Formats: sequence, structure tokens, C-alpha cells
Amino acid sequence: MAMNSALQKKVLESFIEIIRKTSVDLPGDVVDAIQSGRKQEPEDSRGKYAMCIIEKNIDLARVKSQPLCQDTGSILFFVHYPRKLDGEVLGKLIRKAVVQATKKGYLRQNSVDSLTGKNNGTNVGPGTPTLHLEPWSKEFFDIRLILKGGGCENVGAQYSLPDSRIGAGRDLAGVKKCLLDAVQQAQGKGCGPGVLGVTIGGDRATGYLHTKEQFLRKMNDKNKIPALAQLETEVLAEANQLGIGPMGFGGKTTLMGVKIGALNRVPASFFVSVSYMCWAYRRQGAKVSIKGDIQKWLY
Amino acid sequence: MIQLEAPFTEEKIRSLKVGDMVEISGIVYTGRDAVHKWLHEGHEPPVSLKDAIIYHCGPVVMKKKGKWVVTAAGPTTSTREEPYQADIIEKHGLRAVIGKGGMGEKTRQACEKFGCVYLHAVGGAAQVLAESIQEVENVYLLEKFGSPEAIWQLRVKSFPVVVTIDAHGRSLHKEIEAESAQKLNSLMTSIKK
Repeated sequence: MAMNSALQKKVLESFIEIIRKTSVDLPGDVVDAIQSGRKQEPEDSRGKYAMCIIEKNIDLARVKSQPLCQDTGSILFFVHYPRKLDGEVLGKLIRKAVVQATKKGYLRQNSVDSLTGKNNGTNVGPGTPTLHLEPWSKEFFDIRLILKGGGCENVGAQYSLPDSRIGAGRDLAGVKKCLLDAVQQAQGKGCGPGVLGVTIGGDRATGYLHTKEQFLRKMNDKNKIPALAQLETEVLAEANQLGIGPMGFGGKTTLMGVKIGALNRVPASFFVSVSYMCWAYRRQGAKVSIKGDIQKWLY
Repeated sequence: MIQLEAPFTEEKIRSLKVGDMVEISGIVYTGRDAVHKWLHEGHEPPVSLKDAIIYHCGPVVMKKKGKWVVTAAGPTTSTREEPYQADIIEKHGLRAVIGKGGMGEKTRQACEKFGCVYLHAVGGAAQVLAESIQEVENVYLLEKFGSPEAIWQLRVKSFPVVVTIDAHGRSLHKEIEAESAQKLNSLMTSIKK
């Protein structure tokens, strides 16, 4: 079905609002995790100092409706849409929403031509924004957005097991070694306390993609696969013994969460892919009606 | 909490220790990749950096009613300036560098030798840090480098940072990296299949 101009206008507005909210307002489950982090840092410590500044920043950004971090990051859309609608038109609408949200200052001019260094100021170009569009049989849209800054993206890591440097074999013990190593390597550079998104298996591309999908999960959810649920709990507890703390200042809260997924692999490969999400964990989502109205926020 | 107020004398800077929580009041100059490379190539700065503080930041600055206003001003990753920073500290007499993520061995040594400190701001806290900027007093090299890379002269009040490299040879980054490596080692050996 073609999307008439009234519907296109409505959908466009909803996309802009989702971008605005993602950039200025952290989801409640992340705010809760930051608060518990602050509470466990000792009084008068540097860790507490950093966590208090972080909480103040979250409040200020929301009240002023301005980006909570000036690096508004990679723009990652995960969208399900009613299959009778035209996916090509939808893709164009999302790009248009990104251009307009950039003009309004919800997104920084953040997309640079890798060959010439030029920035056309729109955030639209080869590879940006990243759109994952899937048609489905339901009569509404499910639109989710992650904004991920460059500082934390830079400390991501991919391991090919076995890895003799860290003594990691092709089993869950080996996976755990990779994850603890990645956190120690990152130190405070990823703007911690952070959250790990992890994929066991897949290939080099699908592995990293699936790490980003882990960030769609809520902080307090429980992995449906018992072995992974256990690994998540253990890695979180052990990483927090490293003492790196908020911003790498030292302290108890090095990580706030660990989210792990598994994909099948070819027999010759065994990748462990790790993405690091900074404390400015910008994730929002909305259920949008087939008429284009935001009906419900998902986080 | 230690208050660090202008003028930023060598004596005040040398009194700071790794781990101190500090609030800065006075002038800071932004400078990131383009400025550091340019100074390192031997160009003279358009404003004296003697006893000055340089801030690794590409602020978002808007003109409102004819005045510049900073709307976001978080730190950017400092290690990109590692090849240049030590020379700039020596040549121009910087007293402090603000950024995030820490800096390396060359900068640590320059801080010790010439009386400079590295001050770590909270990464991502663009709004809190913008709030502590009272006024944009001037801007240099705006035409040449564009807004994020220009030198913005900012008057700040109670700008919150932590000393992570001091003028006595200590680096919190180095220490925490070493301690966490040791802890990692013991965790690794206790992991069982």
C-alpha cells in the first residue's frame, strides 16, 4: 500500500519525536542502574563524584530537551512495520526524520565522509543512519532506536577462539576470559560504568550486529537461556572486582550489565564479539499505530 | 573539594595530587585535533597559552541574540593529542590539560618536568559542563578550523574535574591499569571449565 502524504507526515513526526527522546532522555531502567551504581560507591570517593555528575547531567538534558552527550553517536534503527506498507518509502522517511532532527539540534552533525573528511551536516550518507527494517503481519509499527557514541564504540573487541594470548578455548570459560579481558583493556575509555553486548558465534559481521541487538534488552531482564543467564551474572560480578570504576577513576561500579546472545557458527570459526555501551545508554522505542501516532513508549 | 581559581600559577598546580576532586574557575581554552597539530607544526597561538588551561572539547556553540552560547561541552578523547601534547606544554607553558580517557607516558613526563596537570572531566556530561560555562569571551581560528575545532575562550565557574596525572610523576590511569591487570590475572587463573 502506498503511504499517502498525510500518513507520511504523521510517521515522520513520530520518528523525529523518537529521535528527540532517545537523545535527551535515558530510559528508566538505565537510570535505575546508574542510581544503584552511585549508591554503592563510598562517600567522598571519586567514583561517587563521577556518578553524581552523571545523574545531574541526565536530569539537565531531560529538562532542557538537549542531547545528553554531544556525541549523538551512530544512529541504529530497528523497525518492524505493517507489511502492507511500502518499505522503500519508509526508509526514505526515516532518513528525512534524521535530517530534520539534526537541524533541530537533537543530533550533532556526525556523519563524515571517510575519504574526504567532509561532513555534509545531515547525518545521511553511505552507511548512516543504519536501518534494520522488517515487515510483519501486525497492524502497527515497533520502532526502536539506539544512539551509540564513538568513545565506547572504539573500545569494542572481537576475539577468534582459541586465543593463546589470554588462554581462551572454545567454551564458556574461554568466552568469560574474553569478556574480562575486554573490560580490562577498555579501562575508563568507554565512559563507564558501561554495559557489554556480547555475541558468541556468528561471523565477524553478524556477531557485531547481534551485540547491538543485545542493547535492545532491558537492564533488569533475564536471559532465557540458563547457561547464558549464569554467564551474564558471573561476568558482571567478576568485572566489578577489577576496580576500574566510573570513568576509570577507580571504584566498585565498572559495569552495570552484561547481555549475551549466541548465534550458530561454521565449524572453523568461533568468534566472541563484544560491544561496550557507555553510561549514556541512549535507547528508546515506541509502538506506533498504522495511522502514524505514538501509542506507547516501550522502555 | 579543591577550588582551583585563576591565575593558574605553577605553585597552585604543583599542590594538586592524583585523585584530587577539583572545581575550576577562570578561563579555559578549547583545543582539539586541528589546534594541536597546528601548534605542533610551529605556528604561534593567536592568544598566549602561558599558565593557561587547554580543554580537549569540540563544543556545540550557537549564536543567540548576537552572543555565543555553549549548549553542549563535554570532553573528547585525549589520547589523540598524545603525539603533540608534551611539546605544547613545554613550548607554550600550559598549566593544565582537561580531557577524558587519560594520556600517556610522554605527557606524564612533561607534566612532571614543566609543572602541568591532566584533569579528567566526566565523559558524556555535556549538559553539566555546559552549565558551568558562564561566558564565551572570544573565539580564535573559527574561519580556519570550523566551530568544533576552533579555540574558544570560555569563562567557567566550578567546572568539575578529577586530577588523574599530577606534576609529581603520578598517573591514576597507569596505576589503575596496573592494579586491574593484576586482578584480571588472578581472575583468569581461577576460571574453570
